[in-house]
Amino acid sequence: MSETQALESMIGEEYKYGFSTDVEYEDFPKGLNEDIIRELSARKEEPEWMLEFRLKAYRAWTEMEEPSWFNATYEKPDFENIQYYSAPKNKPKLDSLDEVDPKIRETYEKLGIPLEEQKALAGVAVDAVFDSVSVFTSFKEKLAEAGVIFCSISEAIKNHPELVKKYMGSVVPARDNFYAALNSAVFSDGSFCYVPKDTICPMELSTYFRINNMNSGQFERTLIIAEDNSHVSYLEGCTAPMYDEHQLHAAVVELVAMDNAEIKYSTIQNWYSGDEEGKGGIYNFVTKRGACRGKNSKISWTQLETGSAVTLKYPSVILQGDNSIGEFYSVAVTNKKQQADTGTKMIHIGKNTKSTIISKGISAGRSNNSYRGEVKINKGADGARNYSVCDSMLIGQECGAHTFPYIESKNPTASVEHEASTSRVGEEQIFYLMQRGISEQDAISMIINGFVKEVLKELPLEFATEANALLDVKLEGSVG
Amino acid sequence: MLEIKNLHASVEGEDQEILKGVNLTINKGEIHAIMGPNGSGKSTLAKVVSGHPEYEITDGEILFEGEDITELDADERAHLGMFLAFQYPIEVPGITNRTLLRESYNTIARENGREELDPIEFDDYLKEKLDVIDMKDEFLERSINTGFSGGEKKKNEVFQMAVLNPKLAFMDETDSGLDIDALKIVSDGINKIAGPENAIVLITHYQRLLNYITPDYVHVMMGGKIVKSAGKELALELEDQGYEQLEKEFSLNGEAQ
Repeated sequence: MSETQALESMIGEEYKYGFSTDVEYEDFPKGLNEDIIRELSARKEEPEWMLEFRLKAYRAWTEMEEPSWFNATYEKPDFENIQYYSAPKNKPKLDSLDEVDPKIRETYEKLGIPLEEQKALAGVAVDAVFDSVSVFTSFKEKLAEAGVIFCSISEAIKNHPELVKKYMGSVVPARDNFYAALNSAVFSDGSFCYVPKDTICPMELSTYFRINNMNSGQFERTLIIAEDNSHVSYLEGCTAPMYDEHQLHAAVVELVAMDNAEIKYSTIQNWYSGDEEGKGGIYNFVTKRGACRGKNSKISWTQLETGSAVTLKYPSVILQGDNSIGEFYSVAVTNKKQQADTGTKMIHIGKNTKSTIISKGISAGRSNNSYRGEVKINKGADGARNYSVCDSMLIGQECGAHTFPYIESKNPTASVEHEASTSRVGEEQIFYLMQRGISEQDAISMIINGFVKEVLKELPLEFATEANALLDVKLEGSVG
Repeated sequence: MLEIKNLHASVEGEDQEILKGVNLTINKGEIHAIMGPNGSGKSTLAKVVSGHPEYEITDGEILFEGEDITELDADERAHLGMFLAFQYPIEVPGITNRTLLRESYNTIARENGREELDPIEFDDYLKEKLDVIDMKDEFLERSINTGFSGGEKKKNEVFQMAVLNPKLAFMDETDSGLDIDALKIVSDGINKIAGPENAIVLITHYQRLLNYITPDYVHVMMGGKIVKSAGKELALELEDQGYEQLEKEFSLNGEAQ
């Protein structure tokens, strides 16, 4: 087997989480109109203001055009054929793990994330989202002791309406873009986190998402607020079962950091990417944005993107507060016919604001991997600095890597640095390591691990094992 | 230790032969120098012996300690104790010298039923070896050859050789591109490594390396063959007369065949 074939077969490991769980779902009509939204809001027992928010977003959406400026082609979703609400029947009100539907627990076990173990994981609170409804939340008491609110968005709407009203849509307005508008109209559930003043969140927060219902679009909504002098680290990991129909995922994540606050948001994404022809994979069209509102605040996005048929995702930071910091660390792996168009936006508004972008793309098979980034320095952003590195690695001859950096500076005191490189995993590198006694498979892992190391070291320790396991699944296999 | 018999090789998938019947025997405790003009097949010989996948052996055999190794992969040859110091050492960003060497050392130890070293033991062992090539500790923390100067890359090859302690090392133009100070350090290192239990093959264009390392045998390679072998005095002769005289002789021989 040639090195290239070996590499391709290692990367081309079949999706290991391709199964679905047979849980009964509530009936809900397909399609989208104002009545559907009213029904959805009613089933969720939402207050009037929430329904108004949704309807306004829906009306905006109907006037918007589906975007097509990115470097990807795919069959457009049929919005009339999507079921916009799904929840496991008999939504449980749980006091302990034993009350979770055994089928759901089985699913988690197949994924290697049994709740028992998660519970035991030192310092990790888990809010497991199964389809659209939260079925389990743990560690709440400990968080409550610290004054941290961590719950589903639905609960937050009921119990903390003043916070949700104040912040939801304040970073990503409903009319921001086509998919954000859609999400604002029909979001199902998601996570809410509020860290009060002078509080260090006592544990890493994590949520596992899982799409498990044929034709049910998944519209997660996440809102995290860190008040003055607070700190929170949020982990998000995703896997999904195999299906023949494309599944749309259009999430919105909003982060708000006040004076001296820090939010670290980490993602591992491994959704089904479709078969050899790209059929059946997930569409992942996500709007993630953070606002550094306070001075000296900091928001970091770290992502390991390995799944989905089509990924459009640009976690961004608006640097409003003076001396605030935005960071984006990304590894995007594409294989087969996967298409990823991902990157970030750093908008410098405050003085002496600083942003760092480290993007690593790995393309294999016949996939297409694009980095798209925008660094914008506004007039008043004296002394703003940006440093960007975009590296691409190609495996095989049929894949593509593209870099689209946009830089716009309106302030002469700002400094913007951009570096980019493209390399190919080469026979010579592999031969060099093999000559030192390393097996071909280990040589390939070493080269790839070396390539992504700069980014993976940004993941919280609790996530590092999972990241390594995922890279193993993606990169190891049939050599030897 | 190494016996190369009538070795013919070409680039995989191409008809043109690069090695056209090389014969060479190397015993332990010996230092050999292979000299010759550009394109004569010296580097190809080193790569073919090391198991580079780009080349195909079309005839002949390579015996290492009596075993035919022509079918073995590069890593399996390394496990037997073969080493190649690269003419152009390859960069591997993100992996430190220390990580590579520990992985290499322990893999080779494991394959030979020897005990592996834990990170602390290995660190002590590495520090000892740094002296061979006059390098500082921080050298270990740098990514393999990444951003190294030409001289540092060559020193790194000698350092790796000192750590892995191979039975047989081919050193492909380890002297080229070195200034006089670096040449002394590198030669010194090679002399420290050379011993009665191992063998070293120096591939070089220039006689100057042989002012510092005294070979037992000097071979001249031309047109994919070893055309002349003698003692160290051959190197001086070549320095004096260049390859021209030999080339004439060789091409005359070629016509006679």
